[in-house]
Amino acid sequence: MSVSPIEAAGPAPFGPDLPYELHPAVEVRPEPFGALLYSFKTRRLSFLKDPDLVTVVRTLADHPTASAACRAAGIIDPIRLTMFERALATLASTETIRERPS
Amino acid sequence: MTTAVLPLVDHFALGLQSPICLTWELTYACNLACAHCLSSSGRRDPRELTTAECKAVIDELERMQVFYVNIGGGEPTVRPDFWELVDYATAHKVGVKFSTNGIKIDQAAAERLAASDYVDVQISLDGATAEVNDYVRGRGSFDTAIRAMENLAAAGFVGFKISVVCTRQNIDQLDAFKAIADRYRAQLRLTRLRPSGRGADVWDELHPTAAQQRALYDWLVRNGENVLTGDSFFHLAAYGEALPGLNLCGAGRVVCLIDPVGDVYACPFAIHESFLAGNVRSPGGFAGVWRDSELFAELRKPQSGGACASCSAFDSCRGGCMAAKFFTGLPLDGPDPECVKGFGEIALSKVEPGRSPKPSEDHSHTGKLRNGPVMLTLRTRPKRDCDENPLAGMTPAREPVGAGR
Repeated sequence: MSVSPIEAAGPAPFGPDLPYELHPAVEVRPEPFGALLYSFKTRRLSFLKDPDLVTVVRTLADHPTASAACRAAGIIDPIRLTMFERALATLASTETIRERPS
Repeated sequence: MTTAVLPLVDHFALGLQSPICLTWELTYACNLACAHCLSSSGRRDPRELTTAECKAVIDELERMQVFYVNIGGGEPTVRPDFWELVDYATAHKVGVKFSTNGIKIDQAAAERLAASDYVDVQISLDGATAEVNDYVRGRGSFDTAIRAMENLAAAGFVGFKISVVCTRQNIDQLDAFKAIADRYRAQLRLTRLRPSGRGADVWDELHPTAAQQRALYDWLVRNGENVLTGDSFFHLAAYGEALPGLNLCGAGRVVCLIDPVGDVYACPFAIHESFLAGNVRSPGGFAGVWRDSELFAELRKPQSGGACASCSAFDSCRGGCMAAKFFTGLPLDGPDPECVKGFGEIALSKVEPGRSPKPSEDHSHTGKLRNGPVMLTLRTRPKRDCDENPLAGMTPAREPVGAGR
């Protein structure tokens, strides 16, 4: 695997009001506890322990913003929404999800 | 990630739909005869899976969404269809990480590997110097590994792995290993020596001392996430802080082994009929074995700590490695032979010598290899006081009958 200097610079910071999608190099495998995610690009394994978060990640591309995807999955409680946005920020920083060109 | 109730590790202990990480040994054939080979490799098994059968396994892995396989052996690259199978796997979204002694990693192979995002390489090196490495892996094997690394680095392959089995002889070389990895822009991977395969024969001589284990733990804590361990030192978590990783025995729960003839074992270090779950050639295929084998169902039940349950460290080390216990003759529900609290040594002192189980499969070279490790010769040299032939000095006039080859 060769890494170009541009790729090595890392992704832009997460913004809940921006459009997102699952990174095309990432595969999602359903498991009893949620899902297992693997990135063929970074060779990183991630675990999603909340089935609602799995739904959000899988449907990001269908919504205009990340927060809209959360709300559509029924995440309306503000505390829970903050937790979800924090989780999505982690997923963005590890290139599991990425900003979608709008 | 942050919202669950049960710790992930508890889910893993109960088993997953498919393995997270699967080791697949493609062949027992090997150009080397490493003294500590976990799979007693050397000679090809005539029952080896064919190319078509291997592809059928890959199809299944794709359906089960096994993201990647760790391919090993033997020396997997000596299979004539090796590159064909790698290409087939990656074309079917099954990533490949393969372990090699480097014999086939010439310039062309290195360039091909550098061009693929789906293939990762792991070069085995058990000494940071030729002297220490070749002692267990055989003469010339250090140079072969270094040449492979040079080729990979020259081709621009960043982040390939250098895989080291930690032994009594190389523990004081950890910084030197790290320097080699840095020199070739590779990542260091340290794993635990198990008494599996031929490893059982040399365990007493090669396994790290208690003081070395402590030094290794401290080194791993210092070097953290930059060094991979394949989760193999979870028994050291009993020292205090857990090392990065899942810190559990994944056998039959999140990992397993497919051997060259298609037998599925609970883990790569447990090639013994007691841990044989089935064969990929059976009607249900690999998925059937993974989901329905009685052995795996047993392993996925909540485990009792046995003799370890009352130990204050049990929640950290979970009793250690099943294979390490089994092949040293210890009960599976007792301490690991390298228990950091010293209970393993006490238990080992009660094992009758020669009574530990032997691996079910042995594909070791029958003759001695020209480049075989020298330590075996040293170990088998007879004692001084009994090596005198009673007929010493008598030269027969001709070779006795039957002495020809």
